[in-house]
Amino acid sequence: MTARLPWGLVMVLALGLAFLYLPILVLIAYSFNASALVTVWGGFSAVWYARLLHNPQVLSAALLSLEVGVAATSCAVVLGTMAAAALVRVRRFRGRFLLTGMVHAPLVVPEIITGITLLLLFVSMSQILGWPHHRGFLTLVLAHISFCMAYVTVTVQPRLAGADRALEEAAMDLGASPLRAFLEITLPIISPALISGWLLGLTLSLDDLVISSFVAGPGSSTLPMVIYSKVKLGVSPDMNALASLVILTVSIGVCCAGWLMRRAEVQRARDRQLAEQG
Amino acid sequence: MTPDRLAMRVRPGRWLMILPPLLFLVIFFLIPFCFAFKISFADATIAVPPFSKLLTVAPDGHFALTFTLDNYRYLITDDVYLLSYIFSLRTAFVSTIICLLIGYPMAYAIARAPRSTQTILLLLIILPFWTSFLLRVYALQGIISEHGLLNNLLVALGIIHAPLRIMHTTLAVYIGIVYSYLPFMILPLYATLEKLDGTLLEAAADLGTPPWRAFLDITLPLSLPGVIAGCLLVFIPAIGEFVIPALLGGPDSLMIGRVLWDEFFANHNWPVASAVATAFLVLLVGPIALYQHYQMKDHAP
Repeated sequence: MTARLPWGLVMVLALGLAFLYLPILVLIAYSFNASALVTVWGGFSAVWYARLLHNPQVLSAALLSLEVGVAATSCAVVLGTMAAAALVRVRRFRGRFLLTGMVHAPLVVPEIITGITLLLLFVSMSQILGWPHHRGFLTLVLAHISFCMAYVTVTVQPRLAGADRALEEAAMDLGASPLRAFLEITLPIISPALISGWLLGLTLSLDDLVISSFVAGPGSSTLPMVIYSKVKLGVSPDMNALASLVILTVSIGVCCAGWLMRRAEVQRARDRQLAEQG
Repeated sequence: MTPDRLAMRVRPGRWLMILPPLLFLVIFFLIPFCFAFKISFADATIAVPPFSKLLTVAPDGHFALTFTLDNYRYLITDDVYLLSYIFSLRTAFVSTIICLLIGYPMAYAIARAPRSTQTILLLLIILPFWTSFLLRVYALQGIISEHGLLNNLLVALGIIHAPLRIMHTTLAVYIGIVYSYLPFMILPLYATLEKLDGTLLEAAADLGTPPWRAFLDITLPLSLPGVIAGCLLVFIPAIGEFVIPALLGGPDSLMIGRVLWDEFFANHNWPVASAVATAFLVLLVGPIALYQHYQMKDHAP
């Protein structure tokens, strides 16, 4: 529709967007506040950023979060894609109903329940099997895989269903094994969905507080756990600086990813057009 | 497809693709619930781990099964659990309605904007979702706290004389949930409104229907699937919300997520926490089943 929007709708949209963005903008502005008092503007300063870089607790938590995030999301992309492929490609198999349910359930089960049940699993496992010895990096990664996987599958599944099966069949007619045909033909086609699934998983993993709090042992605090314990006591200026850094990094990352993916899509469309002409 | 093709045996190679995710989810999603269910029948003990064994096997091969329903009895007798569950439902319900009232006109405006603007507006709606949820809830404090932007502005304008107390009240929890989950409401609404056939509205206008009538008779009923999806996407996670009531709510905003957290970390009563989790999950099955039902209908060919 090209008709001009009524001003009432424009107002609603502007107010709604202001509601979404104002808190973030205020937070970023206050991260440059020289005063330690959050209510007084004491002039422009980057002192909180400098202090942040010398805070070993924050730095080690950030490193742990990144390691867990990258490890868990990468595993989740592999497992999630396999689950999506199984659901799209194999019409009937024993356990299909179970897999469908388990793939979608983590999206709706409250995090706090997932956290508690996973902790009980790890505790019971170490009681029965003697493994894992302690909770930390490994339990965090396993827990994060289980909730990231669902998001990967949901992202990849429609893309995979839309991918042209004939190309893969042609490759197999020419002698490629089913695995090779999938890896060389279909995987590049669904790669935008894999990238969005990976980014989505990473975002959720880096942000997770509730599940991590349950499955992390003493001494393995992730970044959200450190942030939570600090902001629980109220507004603190160095957390403003940290929040601004995180929000800016993510925003730039999302915009770049969006731009790259769109460029790839345009390129593919152009290739296809050329191929059809030629 | 003929029945015998449907009954076609799954090729063995395919199990290599099916089994890893299936096994992983069984071990790390399904079995944990079984453990929680099992522990909800155990006694709380002062030990590591803090719960009794249900099955004890004596060296001579005799075994004894001891389990208790006390944890569930406790859930019914101590009304904090029932009250917090009702409070969670009410909070989630009110927040969902506010989200719908704000989100519907926004989604409608985006769907009616020019194509090129739509992409940018959608990006603006999705972007906050990608940034940290925890930090966005924290950012709200800068607006609604006692010396936050809102109070400073209202005092400076002379509208109020003393700062409003919003932080640590139930109102703050509503604001927090609406703020965090608004994108979940807007996106499914936009998806249905964008698909809406504009010629229907034109036809209605040609026949002399006033725009508000056309909206009520055509747009609203046709966007109902989006309304339902959006409401469930806000309502379901809001019931189990922990971060928002913990950071913004007061001592009286006892949502079930917070009660569970305290039972676990403050009281160290794992069996009762397991019983709460089990009961909570059973009570959630209704809305989740409803959501799955609509999801399935959407994806049906």
